[in-house]
Amino acid sequence: MAEQTENKPDTVTITLDGKRVTAKPGEMLIAAAERAGVYIPRFCYHPRMRPVGMCRMCLVEVKGPRGFGLAPACFIPTSEGQEVVTTSPTVKKAQDGVLEFLLVNHPLDCPVCDKGGECPLQDQTVAFGPGETRFVEEKRHWAKPIALSDLVYLDRERCIQCDRCTRFADEVAGDPLIEFVGRGDSIEVNTFPDQPFSSYFSGNTVQLCPVGALLARPYRFKARPWDLEQVESTCTMCSVGCRIAVQSSSNELTRYLGVDSEPVNHGWLCDQGRFSYQYVNSDERISSPLVRKGDELVECSWGEALAATAKALESAKAVHGPGAVAVLGGARLANEDAYAWAKLAKGVLGTDNVDAQLGDGLPAELVLGLPRATIDEACAASAIVLLAPDIKEELPVLYLRLREAAVDKGVPLVELTPQSTGLSRYAKASLSYRPGEAALLAKALVDGATGDVAGSKAAAVNGARALLGDNPVVVLGRPSVAESAASITAAAAALAGLPGVRFLPALRRANVMGALDMGLAPGILPGRVSLDAGRDWFSSVWTTLPTGAGLDAAGILSAAAEGRIQALVLLGADPAADFPDRQLARQALAGAGFVVAVDAFLTESSRQADVVLPAAAFAERHGTTTNIEGRITSLGQKIVPNGVSWPDWMIAVELAARLGTELGFETVEQVWDEVERVAPSHAGITCALLADRRFRDGVTAPLGAAPPAITGTGSAPAPRPALLAFSGEAPAVSLPPLDAYSLRLVSRRTLYGNGTLVQHAPGLAALAKSPCARANPSDLDRLGMGKGGQVRVRSNRANFLIDAEPDPGVPRGSLSLAFNSVDLEGSDAGALIDADAVVTDVRVETP
Amino acid sequence: MARLNADNEKRARDLIALYPESRSSLIPMLHVAQEQDGWLMPDAIAHVAELLDLTAAEVYGTASFYDMFFTHPVGRHLVSVCTNIACLLNGGFELLEHAEKSLGVSGGGTTHDGEFTLEEVECIALCGEAPCLAVNWRFFGSVTPERFDTLMADLRSGALADEVPPHGTLCRVRRSVGLPAAATPESVTGPEVPSAPGGGRPQSPGTT
Repeated sequence: MAEQTENKPDTVTITLDGKRVTAKPGEMLIAAAERAGVYIPRFCYHPRMRPVGMCRMCLVEVKGPRGFGLAPACFIPTSEGQEVVTTSPTVKKAQDGVLEFLLVNHPLDCPVCDKGGECPLQDQTVAFGPGETRFVEEKRHWAKPIALSDLVYLDRERCIQCDRCTRFADEVAGDPLIEFVGRGDSIEVNTFPDQPFSSYFSGNTVQLCPVGALLARPYRFKARPWDLEQVESTCTMCSVGCRIAVQSSSNELTRYLGVDSEPVNHGWLCDQGRFSYQYVNSDERISSPLVRKGDELVECSWGEALAATAKALESAKAVHGPGAVAVLGGARLANEDAYAWAKLAKGVLGTDNVDAQLGDGLPAELVLGLPRATIDEACAASAIVLLAPDIKEELPVLYLRLREAAVDKGVPLVELTPQSTGLSRYAKASLSYRPGEAALLAKALVDGATGDVAGSKAAAVNGARALLGDNPVVVLGRPSVAESAASITAAAAALAGLPGVRFLPALRRANVMGALDMGLAPGILPGRVSLDAGRDWFSSVWTTLPTGAGLDAAGILSAAAEGRIQALVLLGADPAADFPDRQLARQALAGAGFVVAVDAFLTESSRQADVVLPAAAFAERHGTTTNIEGRITSLGQKIVPNGVSWPDWMIAVELAARLGTELGFETVEQVWDEVERVAPSHAGITCALLADRRFRDGVTAPLGAAPPAITGTGSAPAPRPALLAFSGEAPAVSLPPLDAYSLRLVSRRTLYGNGTLVQHAPGLAALAKSPCARANPSDLDRLGMGKGGQVRVRSNRANFLIDAEPDPGVPRGSLSLAFNSVDLEGSDAGALIDADAVVTDVRVETP
Repeated sequence: MARLNADNEKRARDLIALYPESRSSLIPMLHVAQEQDGWLMPDAIAHVAELLDLTAAEVYGTASFYDMFFTHPVGRHLVSVCTNIACLLNGGFELLEHAEKSLGVSGGGTTHDGEFTLEEVECIALCGEAPCLAVNWRFFGSVTPERFDTLMADLRSGALADEVPPHGTLCRVRRSVGLPAAATPESVTGPEVPSAPGGGRPQSPGTT
């Protein structure tokens, strides 16, 4: 939240402790001083939040018309000729006084406090405090701690009322569920009775707290900060790519802390990311290779498992051709793993039946071929158009960034959605469309509407159109998995006609963009080139290439269900839970000849595999990952892999060796060197460049016209193939008519769901909500269930009983079911959805 | 009652319409809620939050800041005995002690019948008639222990009902100035005003 204004000079000069210092005009003194190397102590000030001047710790002497006087440095903007003194006896006396006062009620329980050792109050008392107190009175006492939510505990005795947590909840997260309650010496931070601090971002307050008042329940009493080792890494719970510090003790992960990355997360994390380290520590992890013996999976050696796998792959290819081998998944792997597997599948086995997305994403040609925007560019665009799932649920920190852009910078949000989202309340225009009609609405937004379209009023569409400006950014994803990718592709093709438009993909799996960049999609080769365009280039580096474009996830599963896939590799993929059409996924797993699962956990899918290969999890290996912007950042290793787990790239190398081909990698760096050499979009992004501190926030691929000065091991000499560009051709979508008694299904994910990783993190698994159907109150009224209650939902696939709730955010004629709610046997949206249909229509009946 | 009833919700919406920023009407709305139930019941706080598009925590934070708002139940009569300097010199503490004995509760407590809540307060600006006390913010000066007992008996019997409305009622005259023209005649004229002291109805020009 910079305090700059346009028509002032670029810099001002102030005198700080007798030295002349250049500062930005309007910047707060405390920030200007910090940049000049003068640390002014503080508790309430935080560079990412608005100043409040609550704690008075940053008092300095500023010269005014009547001479020097004390003023809070966090609240005084710099101005030309300002004279500031930070070390005078007056300042020292003020600091002594403030600290003595802050400690009036603060308990001296540092030895049992989580914050002890990394506590700003402790540190600044030592550095700036008086050393002794004159207070002898009894300190105030509260019950301690109390639970503000399932994840955050509050020790009110330790609170120094700095307003950081409450400001964060209000200003940054937009969930003002904690407030100062009471007044004077009885003031406390608290929630409204019985309304917990159930914000997706609550964990940030623990990191922000300058004392040990706010405690993370999963970390409480688990470690002392000085015992922790740490490495910088990138969170891989979703594809935003927040920078984190991974901390461990005795080879066990203890916590993640948000690292302030200017282009990405501004230091914030969502709770799903922050507490996801628990799954790495889970006892349920697979620790050794498993091979099927009859009905059971039994532990075996790597040699046995790899030999069985290689044999199955080889015979499938030899007997039925390369097309009988398929690889699903890979969107949770590191870039190097994805490249190694792409090389194994396409360059060794010669199959193009490879898809990192599980039918809940968008075609690679579209995602890779559209002009890309970064998050910063989106936040500075003339307008942000959302044709995406609920960003708050799937990419929470992107939600924070977009919310900040809308609220603080006034960037208009225009939303095209089948159901209201977490961003709806900040949107200038929230246009709802009936499932399947996204393209109609998108076209109307581009060309102007003459009549009502897809359920939105013409005036609203035209009003939204007037907001777009000349460089809008479209946040593009699948608003509902019950609406086909073709429908959204057609809408994206229409939106691509907006002048100056760029796109920010909103696909959720951690490294889905990296997997697509590395070629884990049908018809694509590493480096964002099509199979046809890259054929010549890659035939010089790979031994073989697929003959033609292969099948996507839906195609692979259909083929498997029909018995045409003899060997199916699942790379951390659980199609039985993640593919929108559950029936097809189950048939496919049953129909595939041989299933190999590379995974960290036994999932519904990997339980049916013939061989399960244990993969190293997050923080157990290093490498790189790619976020939605195409930003490549590092993954750090902090602990040794569980059991005999291997990183995925190593598994690919070993398998290739057993198939008689050397992939040519012995280290993860060698994989990246080859990526840099052969992937056209990644030219110049060398290991050395990624390791450079100047690029600690990562670099976006492809590098611009002037790549950073550091050069790598040298590039390949031949002309590189051109990068993919979206053709603009959209598939024709024909929508079945809706009968008057049916509702059209909308199905989205929620943050805490049935996902394997969330379910294996005890702190998060408890937060998953039970399934619930939502419909417009008028639709429920029609059934005589205006207040909600149990209903039977029926599609031509399945039917089940489920609780229904009225929700005005769901337009009339639609029914919303969370896609990933914890499964009551069979009662989930996946059972209703048919992958071949554009939309899914359901009937809702009283039971 | 918990949430605002229909009349009070209407009053609350009228209040919102008075201000350019809806949340500016928070305090007057809380008075409406406190008038309804005698204290701020959680459901009423949640209802006010709903009407203002705030969270209940925000409303609770504001309400808990002010001593005249009660987020826990209080009796029908809030008896506030002053012990500040003028009253102290004239027997304020003795009066408070008597009140505690007479009502059988200590400072902050409520009698079992829910009739009286006793509290000790700082100066309530009736120093000329110290020791003094206030009941539901209606002031009584020169209170001797005997007069205190009579006063409590009269309050309990309803003899003072005209002068001292139940706790939460700031004023029996409903505000009409500036309310939208759409206001119902009822809310413009308000209910019957008692003829008791200070009961003259303010008739503002331009509101009829």
